[in-house]
Amino acid sequence: MDVQSRPVLELAGLHKSFGGVDVLKGVDLAVAPGELVFLIGPSGSGKSTLLRCCNRLEEPDDGAVIVDGENILSPGCDLNRVRQKIGMVFQAFNLYPHMTALGNVALALRKVQGMAKDAAEAKARAALARVGLADKAGSYPAQLSGGQQQRVAIARALALEPKIVLFDEPTSALDPELVGSVLAVMRELKIGGMTMVVVSHELAFARDAADRVVFMDGGRIVEQGTPASVFGAPREARTRDFVARLAERG
Amino acid sequence: MQDGWARFAFAYLNPEVAAEWGPKILDGAFVTIQLGLATIAAGLALGMALAMLRASAPRWVQMAIVVFVDIFRAWPPLVVIIVLYYAFPYVDLPMGAFTATWLALSFVLASFAEEIWWAGLQAVPKGQWEAARSTGLSHFQALVWVAIPQAVRMTIPPLLNRTIAIVKGTALGSVVALPEILGQATSAMSLAGNPTPLTLAALGYLAIFLPVVILGRWIERRFAWKR
Ligand SMILES: Nc1ncnc2c1ncn2[C@@H]1O[C@H](COP(=O)(O)OP(=O)(O)OP(=O)(O)O)[C@@H](O)[C@H]1O
Ligand SMILES: [Mg+2]
Repeated sequence: MDVQSRPVLELAGLHKSFGGVDVLKGVDLAVAPGELVFLIGPSGSGKSTLLRCCNRLEEPDDGAVIVDGENILSPGCDLNRVRQKIGMVFQAFNLYPHMTALGNVALALRKVQGMAKDAAEAKARAALARVGLADKAGSYPAQLSGGQQQRVAIARALALEPKIVLFDEPTSALDPELVGSVLAVMRELKIGGMTMVVVSHELAFARDAADRVVFMDGGRIVEQGTPASVFGAPREARTRDFVARLAERG
Repeated sequence: MQDGWARFAFAYLNPEVAAEWGPKILDGAFVTIQLGLATIAAGLALGMALAMLRASAPRWVQMAIVVFVDIFRAWPPLVVIIVLYYAFPYVDLPMGAFTATWLALSFVLASFAEEIWWAGLQAVPKGQWEAARSTGLSHFQALVWVAIPQAVRMTIPPLLNRTIAIVKGTALGSVVALPEILGQATSAMSLAGNPTPLTLAALGYLAIFLPVVILGRWIERRFAWKR
């Protein structure tokens, strides 16, 4: 296969159930290099579970998760190595409260990649600069606003030079006036060519930054297409209902 | 009234008796300090090792740890000391009073410390582990660098209180003739026929443990941090 067109992330027949309840019922999805896939769907439709299966924070029951050409579900896969290729940004930021912003970003560089302290910190500073927080390296999470914390979390993911970054509702826990700063960083990433999958309700962001919108319901992908087609002319009734409700909310 | 005071002072604040037996109490103080430090070092190290093992090991090992710590939290420390001191020579494991007291208090402290730290580990939000693992840290690395530092900080007040309470149990060593402060004081008291050595013992304990209590207060404030 031509490297240029090889998907960065490919899900095939992904199944996941929790205690007998099927949450993912056979999901197929391929994300091309540099693509931003915007994932929407009602609460409980399996969006978070889908993202978490991509780096095996949840163990899929069946199917394949292929990251950068490697099936990460195969028995010989070195999970801690492939996870560095898959950045993850959480709704609740999940910064380590006992470390400074710099420490948060540098931890995996030092402990996983084995970089020396100076080199790791230089790289961490560069990542913080990318998200506009060069001056906050010495601050602890409790001293930062929610928007700043989430940008540190993004820097923590970026520092490992991932092939793809997964965002699970990155702005849902933020005060409205702080949402913009995080979305701006994500736009920059997109422009820089980063491959991204974003679960979010920020429709305006999806309209101008997403290449593709994927609508999930009941553990399946129901409909997908360009933002204009999914938001403007949804084919499925379920998509129409959901998009209408989302648009009402803001 | 005047008479009563004089009799009290002669009994408990007797300068001649104090001068004669003070050095003996001081020797006892060094034993108490050594035993206390050895207990803190071994008890906390073992407690941390048990908590880490419990957080990483298969189920049966976890169960074994729970059984160990529950037993040592249930037994009065004095019972453990006496069992180690009097019973173990029968299985060809004779131990001195110092070793018996040290081991007993260390096991008890380790058990309480393990439980306190384990509770702290349970209180570390799941998202912390997920963030760490998603950046490629192994379970053990996430435990060491992310979970344990938070668990330790969260549990400083109960751990300090428990540590001080157990280390004060060094006085129990007097029951197996350990020449620590209280043991020295009681023998001095009977030899001198005067209880002033007890006063010295009380002052000795204050001199040792009051700074520890104050240090604990300082550590508590120093390491408290807002989430
Ligand atoms: N660890 C778990 N154990 C049991 N059930 C779970 C677990 N994680 C998710 N679920 C269930 O799986 C279903 C899908 O959850 P998921 O979090 O993926 O949905 P979502 O689309 O992200 O929803 P939301 O928009 O509310 O975040 C829900 O019914 C949820 O209760
Ligand atoms: Mg979710």
